[in-house]
Amino acid sequence: MLKTFPKGGVHPPENKLSANKKIEILPVPKQVSVPVSQHIGVPAKVTVNKKDVVKVGQIIAESGGFISANIHSPVSGTVFKIDEVTDTSGYKRQSVIINVNDDEWDEKIDRSEELIKDFDISSEEIIKKIQNAGIVGLGGATFPTHVKLMPPKGTKPEVLIINGVECEPYLTSDHILMLEKGEEMLVGIQILMKALKVDKAYIGIENNKPDAITHLTKLVKFYKGIVVTPVKVQYPQGGEKQLIKAVINREVPSGGLPIAVGAVVHNVGTAYAVYEAVQKNKPLFERVVTITGKSVKNPGNYLVRFGTAVSDLIEAAGGVPKNTGKIISGGPMMGKALNTTDVPVAKGTSGILIMPEEESKRRVIKPCIRCAKCVDVCPMGLEPFLLMTFGEKAMHKSMEKEDVLDCIECGSCSYACPSDRPILDYIRLGKNRVGAVIRARSTK
Amino acid sequence: MSKLIVSPSPHQLGSNSVKKLMYGVLFALIPTLFVSVFFFGLGAIIVILSAVISSVLFEYLITKFILKRESTVMDGSAALTGLLLAFNLPSNLPIWLVIIGAFVAIGIGKMSFGGLGNNPFNPALVGRVFLLISWPVQMTTWPKPSPFTEKMLGYTDVTTGATPLGQLAETMRNGESMSSLGEKVPDYMQMLIGNMGGSFGEIAGFALIIGLIYMLMKKIITWHIPVSIIGSVAIFTGILWLADPVNFADPLFHILTGGILLGAIFMATDYVTSPMSKRGMIIYGIGIGVLTIVIRIWGAFPEGVSFAILIMNALVPLINMYLKPKRFGEKVKKLK
Repeated sequence: MLKTFPKGGVHPPENKLSANKKIEILPVPKQVSVPVSQHIGVPAKVTVNKKDVVKVGQIIAESGGFISANIHSPVSGTVFKIDEVTDTSGYKRQSVIINVNDDEWDEKIDRSEELIKDFDISSEEIIKKIQNAGIVGLGGATFPTHVKLMPPKGTKPEVLIINGVECEPYLTSDHILMLEKGEEMLVGIQILMKALKVDKAYIGIENNKPDAITHLTKLVKFYKGIVVTPVKVQYPQGGEKQLIKAVINREVPSGGLPIAVGAVVHNVGTAYAVYEAVQKNKPLFERVVTITGKSVKNPGNYLVRFGTAVSDLIEAAGGVPKNTGKIISGGPMMGKALNTTDVPVAKGTSGILIMPEEESKRRVIKPCIRCAKCVDVCPMGLEPFLLMTFGEKAMHKSMEKEDVLDCIECGSCSYACPSDRPILDYIRLGKNRVGAVIRARSTK
Repeated sequence: MSKLIVSPSPHQLGSNSVKKLMYGVLFALIPTLFVSVFFFGLGAIIVILSAVISSVLFEYLITKFILKRESTVMDGSAALTGLLLAFNLPSNLPIWLVIIGAFVAIGIGKMSFGGLGNNPFNPALVGRVFLLISWPVQMTTWPKPSPFTEKMLGYTDVTTGATPLGQLAETMRNGESMSSLGEKVPDYMQMLIGNMGGSFGEIAGFALIIGLIYMLMKKIITWHIPVSIIGSVAIFTGILWLADPVNFADPLFHILTGGILLGAIFMATDYVTSPMSKRGMIIYGIGIGVLTIVIRIWGAFPEGVSFAILIMNALVPLINMYLKPKRFGEKVKKLK
């Protein structure tokens, strides 16, 4: 029996159209807009001025606090201006706009292909390097990685779990990275283990990627304490709490962090970024992005510099197809719909999904028939139908009592609903309101 | 480029729909339909057609002229209510009674609460129980199954006789032993294929079980309600039977006769009127099983499935309030 989380989940069509596409390097654009807030937490502070000349990998915005991350220039050129630019979230963010000139890298960065396995480095040094490199969780949450490597007092990490699940349909960037950069990734994992002072790491991979499982299983023999754990194809297997439960059978308590059960979870892409930062002195300024969709001419996986416009990426895949209804940053289950392609690729951009118009429109909402399918599929054991009813009536206290804050917004409820009810919309709204109420209460 | 559509996630929805689920249940009832027509002939056909047609018609008229909403008859739920109502009736019931039953089921049982999704009680059973209480004679005169005879073409004029449960009630009333009952009723094999008196949809045990397997495979329903009903009936009657086999019938007799299978598989599993959590479904099922047997053995009616389901329907809001699904991370496991 394959490991999985105990309850709920759905199985949307996988549609991994770009699964066999090798990573291609997207040409550097003429101009990039690099937002200073590509992570969860405090935005970084710009350290360059207009007309400054920058190199690839040079710091252009400094971390604005503990939960924040440095931003490095993804290109070489001249700072054109510092302005507000709409990013993939749809909000305007302060950004550094750079006119590209040539491709001159910072000398400190080791650009060779040679695999370096240098583990003679202390935990503190590793964390410092990761922090300097501006690494954040590349699975999509973009939480600064160094924070997760410094567990709060009174907690002790026991295992590292590496998330190679990629349960979102369509997306393949983690998959291809595991295949092409497996060795580097394992070195990265070993470094993360050293930073956390744990001697056990599990790589959870969904069973629909047998090539990645075989490849990494072959490689882990040469690395101490790393185990590849295939998990069942079941959305949201890649949810942090779900993956921990599936892999080491521990249940993160409601409202708690993974560290409460001794686990720390990092994405495979993050592990690769850690390798590059620690062994190659390369800060985080580019990532693999999947560009996909049923109507896309050439779905593929591209190595993209941050700040590159999404439209450039789409051009590389054959342009915006006719009848396009929606363009999504991320996957179809949890991604964000864009209202324009004139937004920059950033640290959290795992993929761009183009959906034809007929699949983009919401269906007519029918009455709830109380079939309990939403209750069945909720991986958190909530009652989505009830939360939606409370949400419609703005009964936020009742929503709080029904544990609305436990919702991980995976969307399984809306997906499974035969009446096409927008359950997650109301839950999300409720979470927002309940969160505000709780914050107001605690400041009193 | 034309304007892009923006909406919150998820951007992809499943392929399930109310229509698919309702037609799935109707499909699961096809074997039962064939068996009932095989044993009860023309009468069954007339009752089914009049119940289904009048149910759909009443829903259409009510949505169109009273609620002034878009008609919902195409979702299949009205036809399903009609068919289930028919299956709960004797095959010699006059058409006008069937139509009254359909009116009560759809008009009062379902639409008066606001239509699909809002009714607290199973509409088909509301219709059935209304008829049973108002016209007890017509509703308890059971035709005898008569396959391969010219009686198949009869309707209200067919030969009637007691159902196995009627026989049981009489046996118990007269204080006779259960061994004398065995001579009066068909053997279990005959009961399983449906060769006995009763509402013409409830007799076909085997066909109903095929329907159950189909619905489980298609994930239309889960096992919790049918299994907990049948299981609790088996355990409850099993205890009584083991304690006193002379005065109590055995569990298999109870499960195969009357509406236990039809009720457990198709009536109690009605989405709208059953609990939302798995724990709730099991309690609900046990309640139905126990109440049915209490009514059968100690009540005034020989059969109690309809009443048991309606009583438990009334308790569903309470069950939903107290029996929540197990939350993830609710109990913190001790670390090893």
